Amino acid sequence: MSSKRKTALIASAVALFMLALGWASVPLYRWFCQTTGFGGTTMRASAEQAAAVKPVARTISVRFDANVDSNLPWKFAPEQTTQTAQLGARTMAVFLAKNTSDHAITGTASYNVSPDEVGKYFTKIQCFCFTKQTLQAGQEVRMPVIYYVDPSILQDDEAKAVKQITLSYVFHEDRTSSEKLGAKGLDRAATAR
Amino acid sequence: MAHDLAKDHADGHDHAHDHDHKPAFFARWFMSTNHKDIGTLYLIFAIIAGIVGGGISGIMRLELAEPGIQYLGWWANFLGESNASFDQTLHLWNVLITAHGLIMVFFMVMPAMIGGFGNWFVPLMIGAPDMAFPRMNNISFWLTVAGFCSLMMSAFVPGGTGQGAGIGWTAYAPLSTYGSQGPAVDFAIFSLHLAGAGSIMGAINFITTIFNMRAPGMTLHKMPLFVWSVLVTAFLLLLALPVLAAAITMLITDRNFHTTFFDPAGGGDPILFQHLFWFFGHPEVYIMILPGFGMISQIISTFSKKPVFGYLGMAYAMVAIGVVGFVVWAHHMYTTGLSVNTKMYFTLATMVIAVPTGIKIFSWIATMWGGSLSFKSPMVWAIGFIFLFTVGGVTGVVLANGGIDDNLQDTYYVVAHFHYVLSLGAVTSMFAGFYYWFPKMSGRMHSEFLSYVHFAIFFVGVNLIFFPMHFLGLQGMPRRYPDPGPFFQHFNEMATLGYKITMVSVLIFFVNIIYAFVAGKKAEANPWGEGADTLEWTLSSPPPFHQFETLPIIEDAAHH
Repeated sequence: MSSKRKTALIASAVALFMLALGWASVPLYRWFCQTTGFGGTTMRASAEQAAAVKPVARTISVRFDANVDSNLPWKFAPEQTTQTAQLGARTMAVFLAKNTSDHAITGTASYNVSPDEVGKYFTKIQCFCFTKQTLQAGQEVRMPVIYYVDPSILQDDEAKAVKQITLSYVFHEDRTSSEKLGAKGLDRAATAR
Repeated sequence: MAHDLAKDHADGHDHAHDHDHKPAFFARWFMSTNHKDIGTLYLIFAIIAGIVGGGISGIMRLELAEPGIQYLGWWANFLGESNASFDQTLHLWNVLITAHGLIMVFFMVMPAMIGGFGNWFVPLMIGAPDMAFPRMNNISFWLTVAGFCSLMMSAFVPGGTGQGAGIGWTAYAPLSTYGSQGPAVDFAIFSLHLAGAGSIMGAINFITTIFNMRAPGMTLHKMPLFVWSVLVTAFLLLLALPVLAAAITMLITDRNFHTTFFDPAGGGDPILFQHLFWFFGHPEVYIMILPGFGMISQIISTFSKKPVFGYLGMAYAMVAIGVVGFVVWAHHMYTTGLSVNTKMYFTLATMVIAVPTGIKIFSWIATMWGGSLSFKSPMVWAIGFIFLFTVGGVTGVVLANGGIDDNLQDTYYVVAHFHYVLSLGAVTSMFAGFYYWFPKMSGRMHSEFLSYVHFAIFFVGVNLIFFPMHFLGLQGMPRRYPDPGPFFQHFNEMATLGYKITMVSVLIFFVNIIYAFVAGKKAEANPWGEGADTLEWTLSSPPPFHQFETLPIIEDAAHH
């Protein structure tokens, strides 16, 4: 192989590698956020893992924020605006969701906490946001979330000063469920205008 | 450098080049495989794109001068809306800022710096007969032209609120996904695909040429600094552009094929697009300025009649800028909710870039120090470059601070900063390079007098445009608004006056080119004297259609 061809092939391989890396960044970014709590991404634990955490005698205030995508005809609000949670203790908060339209709609919630640096300590054991939620026409449901704030937050220089954590949800219409495909993406934008 | 050899070489051309015939017009310019012809095509293309992009900034500058909306409605109707509504009129503003940014970045600066001067002078400076892959070189150029056409077409098809793509050159989701319906945005994104593919191929071509086709004796550490700058730029293109290609392909699929890469409703994240865009976007700003650094190094050395001060430091400063340039991208995203530690890292890393940049600035000054200076037109432009680029660099250090940026982000302070480094820095270096190499490329001398007048008026004009923008930004004038309000009127009027003055200087530039072709003296092989010691000056002006068929040999004593 001529040296020119060899150099060109190596350079092309580098370009293709970077292209692949661009696509790979999607799962990598998700993994990075879930691992480090980047951008206020919350953690997830099983009931057994949660049981192993020992509560400590310190509390923190948790504030709840509920939003609905402007194209989703739902009402969605927390039952309690704030809660005082003991660090390490399982705590339950409840949200109310109502489908105000005349047909069944499947929704999915995106979420994070603020300030960003508490993401890796805010741990959910059970949450309506882990799965898609289908509400029939006019149906109203109470949706629980069970969480604890990891006591190791007290060892974090940046996060230990936080007095209140805001847990925020946005409900979107689920656009990945099969019957919603087709012209749905365009519809969404048409209504957005 | 290799004087006798150069003479032999020139003599050789007199006898042995009966076959040095040029193809007929169409084959020569439309199917070109000659690096010099392709370089010329790139330069002509960049000038045309520059006129379009510069004309767009004229519309914007006129609109911004006075409070209220004066001209946009007329332009919206002129471009094909019938009785444009107020929203459609304002949409045109977004279309204009988008087109101005994309044209200037992808179709003016990059084609001129890399495609134009790079194609012309990298083979000449390393003693190569042509680029490594002449046909791929041709494809690169025509892909760039096709990309420009795609962008131009986007202005005449629906783009959501009105005609054209109003997504900013950054094309942030969700504005560029479900926020802008209609084919205009697809056309604009596709134009980036085309231009990007062309640039990646160009980068592969340059890397292969520089690594494999240097004349015997020209080691990497003897290469002229312009060649070094293009080599580093080619690597940046190779690493950064595919990431942009991936990101904008995801935009296309989000728009048209119901994926949700950047839509939280399906588990995506719009911030991820910003990370991908700026992972490309920050190296991109170095792609636009590094070849300028290279040209300035050649020019300062030529007109100081001494080698560049600290040659190796200069070369590796560019390498360092390229490397560090890949790990600072989030300083464009300080307000997206980064933690304090992340901000501290990106602030620090960004400021570190000031070190190699400072090495370059001081080495240029040290080159001039004690040199036998002659202030020919390229040198005057080069010194202007050092001043203007330094101003932009200093405001860059200000903006690098995460805390300060919280206040200044998306204000005219940012606009002033990046126009000082790109519009004034990169463009000034291109004019410097143009006057430096124009005699070599055309075989004609331009008018030194007109070049000085061009410089003087340009310098006054651009500073009058962009310096007041620092004040506007500090007072809080936001970017991307067509009507900043009466509070900002004073400095906006000043900037618009500066634009008009700058346009006069551009007119003088064109007069100068016409003068050179009509009445200019024939250029000697080396019109700049003994300071110009790189290989292109050993050839006739213009160089023969095919050069270096006998490779020049670089002796050990050769300097840079």
